[in-house]
Amino acid sequence: MENLVTRYRNVTILVAILFAQVLGLAIQVRRSSENQSSRLIRVWVVGAITPLEKLLVWSQGGVSGVWHNYVYLRGVRQENRDLREEIEKLRLEQVGLSQDAQQAQRLQSMLGFREQFISQTMPAQVIGTSGSEQSRLIFIDKGSRDGIAKIADDETDIDKEKGEKEKGRDRGKDMAVITSAGGVVGKVLFVNRSTSEVLLINDQSSGVGVILEKSRLQGILKGTASGKVVLDKIMNDEQIEVGEKVLTSGGDRIFPKGLLVGTVSEVAPGPESFLRITVKPAADLARLEEVLVITKKVEQAPSVADEGPVRAVDILTDRLPSVPDKPPTAADGTTKPETAGTPDSKPATAPKIASKPVVVPTGMTNKPAVSGVNTTNSTAKPAGQAKPPAKPNSTRESNPQ
Amino acid sequence: VPITYTSNEQIEVYRFSIPVTIGVPLLALFFQAFLPRHFPFFAYFDLPLLVVIFFAIARRSQVTGLLTGAIIGLAQDALTSQPIGLYSLTKTVVGYGASSLGVKLDVENAGARFLVTLFFYLLHEVVYFTVARGMLKMNMHYTWQHELSSALLNAVLAVALFAVLDRFKQRT
Repeated sequence: MENLVTRYRNVTILVAILFAQVLGLAIQVRRSSENQSSRLIRVWVVGAITPLEKLLVWSQGGVSGVWHNYVYLRGVRQENRDLREEIEKLRLEQVGLSQDAQQAQRLQSMLGFREQFISQTMPAQVIGTSGSEQSRLIFIDKGSRDGIAKIADDETDIDKEKGEKEKGRDRGKDMAVITSAGGVVGKVLFVNRSTSEVLLINDQSSGVGVILEKSRLQGILKGTASGKVVLDKIMNDEQIEVGEKVLTSGGDRIFPKGLLVGTVSEVAPGPESFLRITVKPAADLARLEEVLVITKKVEQAPSVADEGPVRAVDILTDRLPSVPDKPPTAADGTTKPETAGTPDSKPATAPKIASKPVVVPTGMTNKPAVSGVNTTNSTAKPAGQAKPPAKPNSTRESNPQ
Repeated sequence: VPITYTSNEQIEVYRFSIPVTIGVPLLALFFQAFLPRHFPFFAYFDLPLLVVIFFAIARRSQVTGLLTGAIIGLAQDALTSQPIGLYSLTKTVVGYGASSLGVKLDVENAGARFLVTLFFYLLHEVVYFTVARGMLKMNMHYTWQHELSSALLNAVLAVALFAVLDRFKQRT
């Protein structure tokens, strides 16, 4: 027997190692989560690889920053002029939107809805990927040291139960990750000390509770092995239009409701009696550079306390045709832009409404942002869409970390 | 020193310094994780696999080959969200196979390297898909065109990469 083992020493070692690996895989499959040793391996490897990635991304950002901020400033003056014009336009639009949002809030409070607000986000740089087509995962340069894994006091009990602390690494707290333009990217899966791993929505093990904007149908968004994103559990007899927006429903308790996930790109009959709906993600998942991690969300009923009871006479007064107020004139005799003769603006009520914190850019301040698209009024904008955040740096200021 | 079947010449066994033994696989893992972020097309390549094949062939030792495959595969697994052991198992088989081939055949020229990489890439994919589907019940996206084109691209890259890595070889 001894001679046999010595003679086939190499094959014996191969079989022994393969057996150990198969056993290890079987244990992981049975536990349906990783065992301690495998987590430690991940910590070591991620710790060895990510510092170099961070260094390269940092130096790359530095070089492009010098170029864009100091050297290449052609056209900035023109861009500034264009942006000023855009701001003026948006100011006028805001007046109308504020009224719609306020009305939606009133209706929600009447129905006793509870909303999830994004109260804090953290900008993060994408520093790497898993490098495998089978695992759609990205690494970001923020970890537990930066506050990603911290359990905030006002988080729900469900989130606390999911937080499973472990040596140098936390099992995902399921923090949602979005782009600055509001598209859903994925969720934080593992948190290391200075980096985190984010599972993208097109990974086959991910799932997002979503709702279709027009038809209000709810389903589960899943990734496929080929990297596509499909919507599950919608019956064959439903009418879904290509191009319809897909928003988060908030039902999964990870993503606040109303975030833009993508648009329907293909509708085809699927297995059993369900449709196979392919969704084009709003975020370009293959070319992510900067993302926002939603580090804190609070759940509360929408507040319209300062509004006071609405009197029927006020509503009727609003509806009656009236002569608009004279636009306020500045000291130099010029007219202010808010009421510069646009038929849509309502000068009598505009200043009062606009001063309220109705629609706040997501995560850019500590004020709650309205995320409520899940209302019957489709004019309310989702949190991520309300307005693209101005600068990632401004979030850093609002962040206690 | 093993004897080749293709000629009566003796095949040389090479060794590598410790910095190269550790640094090259780490660099391969780094590029594999970093480059697809800028160039999604790079996901076609499997740099850690090419490094396993190179070391296994150059060292011509089956035990060293399979251990190299197992360790590099383990590190690659650690960067994914999949169970640990999937890449490790696959690369163990490739490491063992490549070193066994290195013992028997002279695979130092570009043509032989191209064919060897092509073969071991396909073997890697077959073992990977079998384990992932059969044991882990994972849904796998699989097309022959994709696999063949990936194998060809990796084989072309291997020829260039192995020529660079040849500079780090040390005669025993």
